Amino acid sequence: MKKYQILVIMRNRPGILSKVSGLFSKRGFNIDGITCGVSEKKEHFRMTITVIGDESFVEQVKRQVAKLIDVVKVQILDEKKVVKRELALIKVKSDSENRLEIIKIVEIYRAKIIDISHEALIIELTGDSNKVEGLIGVMDKFGILESARTGISAMHRGI
Amino acid sequence: MREINGAEIILEILQEHDLNTVFGYPGGSVLPIYDALHSYREKIDHILTRHEQGAAHAADGYARCSGKTGVCIVTSGPGAANTVSGLMTAYMDSTPMLVITGQVSVNNLGTDAFQELDITGVTDSITKHNYLVRSIEELSDLLREAIYLTENGRPGPVLIDIPKDIQTSKMSYDNFQNSCSSEYNTVSEYKYIYEKPKKNETDEFIEMIRKSKRPVILAGNGVMKSNSSKELRKFSKKFDIPVATTLLGLGILPAEDRYNLHMLGMHGTAYANYAADEADLIIALGMRFDNRVTGNIHRFCKDAKIIHVDIDEAEIDKNKRADLHIVGDVNLVLKALLKYKAEGENKVWMNRVMELKKKYPLDRNFSTDYILPQYLISKISELTKGEAIVCTDVGQHQMWTAQYYNFNRINSIITSGGAGTMGFGLPAAIGAKLANPNREVIAILGDGGFQMNSQELMTISEYKLDIKIIIVNNSFLGMVKQLQEVFYEKRHSFVKLEKNPDFVMLGRAYGIDSYLAETPVELDKLLGEIFSKKRSALVNCIVSKEENVFPMIPGGKSVDEMIMSKEEL
Ligand SMILES: Cc1ncc(C[n+]2csc(CCOP(=O)(O)OP(=O)(O)O)c2C)c(N)n1
Repeated sequence: MKKYQILVIMRNRPGILSKVSGLFSKRGFNIDGITCGVSEKKEHFRMTITVIGDESFVEQVKRQVAKLIDVVKVQILDEKKVVKRELALIKVKSDSENRLEIIKIVEIYRAKIIDISHEALIIELTGDSNKVEGLIGVMDKFGILESARTGISAMHRGI
Repeated sequence: MREINGAEIILEILQEHDLNTVFGYPGGSVLPIYDALHSYREKIDHILTRHEQGAAHAADGYARCSGKTGVCIVTSGPGAANTVSGLMTAYMDSTPMLVITGQVSVNNLGTDAFQELDITGVTDSITKHNYLVRSIEELSDLLREAIYLTENGRPGPVLIDIPKDIQTSKMSYDNFQNSCSSEYNTVSEYKYIYEKPKKNETDEFIEMIRKSKRPVILAGNGVMKSNSSKELRKFSKKFDIPVATTLLGLGILPAEDRYNLHMLGMHGTAYANYAADEADLIIALGMRFDNRVTGNIHRFCKDAKIIHVDIDEAEIDKNKRADLHIVGDVNLVLKALLKYKAEGENKVWMNRVMELKKKYPLDRNFSTDYILPQYLISKISELTKGEAIVCTDVGQHQMWTAQYYNFNRINSIITSGGAGTMGFGLPAAIGAKLANPNREVIAILGDGGFQMNSQELMTISEYKLDIKIIIVNNSFLGMVKQLQEVFYEKRHSFVKLEKNPDFVMLGRAYGIDSYLAETPVELDKLLGEIFSKKRSALVNCIVSKEENVFPMIPGGKSVDEMIMSKEEL
C-alpha cells in the first residue's frame, strides 16, 4: 500500500466534480484527497487526486477516470519527479505565556502566523504532507482548535 | 431571415444522423419538441409507448438489432425518472442509446420547480455521459457530440437534458447551419481512434496460441458490436480453437458450428464450462469477466494464460488479470490475426472438446404430458430454424432460452444481460420489430416479468407489430424460487404468483389474438398456427412449476461445484 497522486485535466463543464466523485463512490474507490482548480488554460480544470493502494489499484483508478468523457488527460505522477505541496491553516490555543515558544517553532517550520488574538493564533503552512503532519504533531500539546488542509497539489519537475 | 427553434434543431440533428425512429412519451416540458414532431411526422416516426420505461427499453431493443442509436424522448421529472431502469440496462450491456429529457426552464433550475429533477445527477453512474444544455448556442454541438458518443468506442447510453425555454429559443437558420462541426470537433476531445493492433502485440498473441495446447475463445458482446462474426468463425476454424460465448454473445457462431460450445457461466453448458476450466489459454474477446460468467474469479480458468481484447481499456485487469491485452476493436484484431499462418490442427484438444460435448449434452428428455419449459423453447427454435430475433425478460425462461434456442444469427438475442432488468423483454421486442420488420420477432417472458411492462401490449396492438408473445407461465417468480431452493432450504418466501390475471383475456383486452396452451399437443398446434400468420399473438403457456435451470454453478462457486440436475441438489 502506497500513496499515489493522479493528475487529471478535465474540460471545464458543469458538474465535473460530481462526475469524478461519483465515479469513486460507484467503483468503491477511496479518495484520500482531491484538489481542484483552473489550470493554465481557462477551459481546463486541473485536479490532483490522492489514493492509497497498490500499483494495480491505481492503474485501475486511472483507467476508470480516463473513461470519463470530460477527462482530457490522466497521469499517475512519478514519485521521483514530483513536487507536492499542501496548504494548512492551523488555529492553536495560545496565551502570552506560550506565544513566544510557538513563534519559534513556526519559524523553524518556515510557516507564518497570519492572525493573533488573545487566546489563539492561526498558522499558515505550505509544504509536503510530512511537514504539515509534523507541525500539527508539535502543536498538539498547545491545543489545536481548528485545522484546515487543502489536500495535495502536485506537479512534475522540468518539462 | 429564416429562424429555427431548439426543438426543430433537435429533430434536424436526429435526421442528419439518420435517426428517424424515436420512442417517447410527451409532457409539459417537452411540448415544444412534440409540437415540432407534429410538423416532422413525414420524416420522423414517433412511437408512443405506454410508459417511459417502455420507451427506453424499446429504444434499446431497436438499437441492439439495428446497429443504430436508439432514441427516446421524455418529459422532465417523473418522465425522466422512468427511464432510469432503461438507462441502466443499456449501460450494462453497452447499447448505443440517446435519451432526450425535457427540463424546467433555465431560470427555474434548482428551485424545486414543478416536475424538476436533477436527472443528470441521478443518471451520472448509469450513463456513458450526460449533459444539461444551458443555452441554445451550445445545443447543436452538444447534441451532435452526444450522438457521437453513443456509438463511438465502447457504445453506451447518453442523456441530454434540455430546458424548455431552450427548446423554444430561436436562432437564425444560417447560424445553425454554420455552427456544425467546427467547435463540435474541438469540444469533443474524446475521439476513439480505431487503430490496427501493433505488430508486436499480434506476434505475441500468435506465439501464445502456438505455445498453448488447450486454447479456448470466450466471445462476448464486443464481438457482436464490432460485427466480427465472420472473422471469428474463420479464426476459430483456422487456428482450431473452440468458442464459448457469453449470454450476449449467443449467435456469434451458428448453433451447429463444430467449434461452438454455446454459453458458459452460471447456467452455461457443462461442456463450455469444463472446456474453459481445462484450458491453458483463454482468449477473451469483447467480454468483461462478469461474475455470472466466472463464478469464483480466483478459481476461474486458474491454469490458463489469459489474452484479453477489449475496446474499453478500463476492462483490462478489472476483474481478471491478463497476461497479454490489446485495447481496441475486436474486428481489427481478428483481421490482423487472420493474416498469420496457422500451425495446422490441434486434434488432441478438439477431440477432447468433442468428447465433452458428447458426454454432457443439455437434457432433452421432453416426454411428459405437461409442458416442459425447455421443450417449449426447443419447439420455438425448431419452428423458426434459429433465425428469429428472440427478446427475453429475466429469469428462468431467459436461461432456458439461452440454452435451448439454437441462435444461428447475430443480433438475435435481445436480453438484459448485465442488469437483469425484469420488464425488459416486451418493450424491447417492440424496438426489435421496428428495426427489423422482416424478421420474426418473439418475446419470451416469465409470468412475473411480463406484468412489469404488460401495458406495452397496447403499443404492439396499436402499431400492428407482428410480435409473438410467449408467456412461460410457471406461477412462480421462478428464478428466485430456484435460488431459495438451493440456498434457503426450499423456503419459498413470496415467490408464488398465486393470483395472476387471465393472460388470455388480458391480451384480448388489448386487441391481440391470445391463446392458452396447457399440454404439449395444444402447444404444438398453437405454435404452428401463430407462426404461420404475420400478426401478433400471445400464448399463455402453462409449464411445469417444479422445473429448475441446470446446469448451475451456484454464485461465487466454481466448475467443480456445478450442479447438473435436481437429483444432485
Ligand atoms: C426489476 C427486477 N426486479 C426483481 C428482479 C429479481 N428477479 C430476478 S428473476 C426474478 C423472477 C422472475 O420471474 P418470472 O418473470 O416469472 O420468470 P421465471 O424465472 O419464472 O421464468 C426476479 C424477481 C429483477 N431481476 N428485476
